[in-house]
Amino acid sequence: MYDIKALYEAYSVEEAINLRLLHPDAQILAGGSDVLVQIREGKRAGKELISIYTIDEIRGISLDETESIRIGSLTSFSHITKNEIVQKYINVLGEAVDMVGSPQIRNIGTIGGNTCNGVTSADSASTLFSLDALVELTGKSGKRVIPISDFYIKAGTVDIKPDEIQTAIIIPKEKYSGYQGHYIKYAMRNALDITTTGCSVNVKLSEDKKTFLDVRIAYGVAGPIPMRAKNAESFIVGKAVNDENCKEFSKEVLNDINPRDSWRASKALRQHIAVELAYRAIKECVKLSGGEM
Amino acid sequence: MAQYKLVKFTLNGKEVEKMVDVRASLTDMLRNDYRMTSVKKGCEVGECGACNVLIDGECFNSCIYLAVWAEGKNIRTLEGLMSEDGELSDIQQAFIDEAAVQCGFCTPGVIMSAVEILESGRDYTDDELRKLLSGHLCRCTGYENILRAVRKTLDRRLGKVNV
Repeated sequence: MYDIKALYEAYSVEEAINLRLLHPDAQILAGGSDVLVQIREGKRAGKELISIYTIDEIRGISLDETESIRIGSLTSFSHITKNEIVQKYINVLGEAVDMVGSPQIRNIGTIGGNTCNGVTSADSASTLFSLDALVELTGKSGKRVIPISDFYIKAGTVDIKPDEIQTAIIIPKEKYSGYQGHYIKYAMRNALDITTTGCSVNVKLSEDKKTFLDVRIAYGVAGPIPMRAKNAESFIVGKAVNDENCKEFSKEVLNDINPRDSWRASKALRQHIAVELAYRAIKECVKLSGGEM
Repeated sequence: MAQYKLVKFTLNGKEVEKMVDVRASLTDMLRNDYRMTSVKKGCEVGECGACNVLIDGECFNSCIYLAVWAEGKNIRTLEGLMSEDGELSDIQQAFIDEAAVQCGFCTPGVIMSAVEILESGRDYTDDELRKLLSGHLCRCTGYENILRAVRKTLDRRLGKVNV
């Protein structure tokens, strides 16, 4: 038995919003692979829960009329990886969420829960930052859509108003069209481990594959929340595709990131990994784009 | 005050229903209400895979799944693999033949992951199988015999080796 004070179940977004307003102290429960574990550990014990796991209308992936990719917040990691739209346009996201936990965790874990947790190590988050994704929140007065970088406020805190739930992650066409992405997770073991530092890069090359037209790079566990490395990005955009520039680019990330010492890894190790991951990820993106170095 | 809910679902092919405490995990319900004792209580935080069951054809750690979410679902446990005359299924027999069972605590969970793999109807490399089985901790076997049991059953089902 879980130490739960009360359980309220929502079967539609509307019901969830009403329950949020009715029970302001209740915790939202999606797949539960974080929340239920924290209840077991005592951290969130004795609380009221609003289960939104049974809201089927916010499950699934589609292309909207502007060819933006819409991922319902309750879509599981394994369904994202297996989805044809994801494989065709943003395979990097499917690969990133295929590194979460274990097969069973990827079946229960949802992209909405992963982002709403507000933790820096979420394997989906760095890739969503590097895709410049949008977050859709639905509340009493309707929908609001904000950039994922605004959604994260500080460690463990995201921008969800008292009447809202997250209903979708949206990747606009201009953010993925013509880009190739790659995510690298560095952890101590392959399965069931939390990222020591993770790096996700999206690259758009010129038609002749000789110039970086645009580069977006984001990290998990390089600061209190997932973050972009903007200095590194502005260094590389417009530069020629060659090994030297990629090396310089990877060193430049040290001006952006701010990892900490923790029991998992030291700051020095994380900085070292961050540079190496940036170098390897951008090179892989060039390769995926058909460029040569 | 205790809060209860009627939960109806299909358990190993049979439609069942019972009033369940909403605080129960699926492991609690399967073990206590339905005596499905193959569903083991291991870590109870979704790490070891001992409580793994199939829900609508996908593997889930039942320890971090609310019992009330079982409503309307098709749930399968190791008990459902045995044939009517009490014979073991091919994957269970393979675990015995390959000495993939020692203490046996992780075995039901691993076998249910193997069932999902086998029923997908496609082939996998050994590396892919390792990844698909990575949600289970086994402290006895060192995993090699488990991998071999799954490999051999898969090859047999795909007709790659003669029975």
